[in-house]
Amino acid sequence: MLSCKEVTRLLSESQDRELTLFEGLQLRMHLAMCKGCTNFDRQMKFLRRTSRLYAARTAKSAEAPKADGGN
Amino acid sequence: MTDIAHAVRAGPDSCPAWAIPFAFVMMPALSATMRSGRGMAQRWGEPVAEEQEGVIIDDGLLRALRPGLIRFARLQLRDDALAEDVVQDALMSAMAGAKGFAGRAALNTWVLAILRNKIADAIRLRSRSINVSALAPEEESLDQAFEALFKPNAHWSPQSRPRDWGDPEDALQRDQFWIVFEACLEHLPENTARVFMMREFLEFDTAEICKELAISSGNCHVILHRARNALRGCLEENWFDQGAPAC
Repeated sequence: MLSCKEVTRLLSESQDRELTLFEGLQLRMHLAMCKGCTNFDRQMKFLRRTSRLYAARTAKSAEAPKADGGN
Repeated sequence: MTDIAHAVRAGPDSCPAWAIPFAFVMMPALSATMRSGRGMAQRWGEPVAEEQEGVIIDDGLLRALRPGLIRFARLQLRDDALAEDVVQDALMSAMAGAKGFAGRAALNTWVLAILRNKIADAIRLRSRSINVSALAPEEESLDQAFEALFKPNAHWSPQSRPRDWGDPEDALQRDQFWIVFEACLEHLPENTARVFMMREFLEFDTAEICKELAISSGNCHVILHRARNALRGCLEENWFDQGAPAC
């Protein structure tokens, strides 16, 4: 049985490498029972999405309708 | 928390006052160089336009992109002068290579792709002189903070169990959220930030990161885990626990 601490490590690594079948199975079992880790899982996915969006936004930020008075 | 709160109150990292005149002066001069057909950008093998007719890309469009690009480069390189140089290179390549785009979105995506390459090159050049494996005190304190979230049996202690962030998509629509996110990124220790941003902004895979920075894959996973935990905690503390601001 994985600890929550180990689960956070696996959830992070799942964004960078393919988990083994066994790791995936252990993870799913843990997540089915643990609300904290389920939230953590969602938050990791949100972080990935936010980071990718952030990168895309940097090239667009100048178009945001913010008056900067610089022009 | 107070640092971030300060950053948030101070508002977005705006373009320094000197940057605008600099852009005004530099851009026409640079595009004149490009028109003469001896652009520096040719060195990097970016596509170079044969003729400049029908090009929708212009100095004004590129100038408008500049502050965002500088912030993006500065976050990753943590070196203002180098960030300026890298963005300048990217914009010159963009000007030299642009044949015309179907719209601004395509142009923006393309300029960002060029910038990513330039940042990656800059990191490669400097990677020999940085030691990512060395643990700075900031990194040690992040690890201690992480350990403190757990009970001795390695399960969450009740007060630090990750909370339900509700519908976080809502946050993405708010400018204020992005200011908090940027402040959290700025607060990552330098090496932690470098690995995280190579992974998430430059979209290197971990094997490439290990190779470029000469670290083991195990270490790479540890650093990414540290970065994600730090950002998770920072967002929870400074955004999700605050209740979304009304603005």
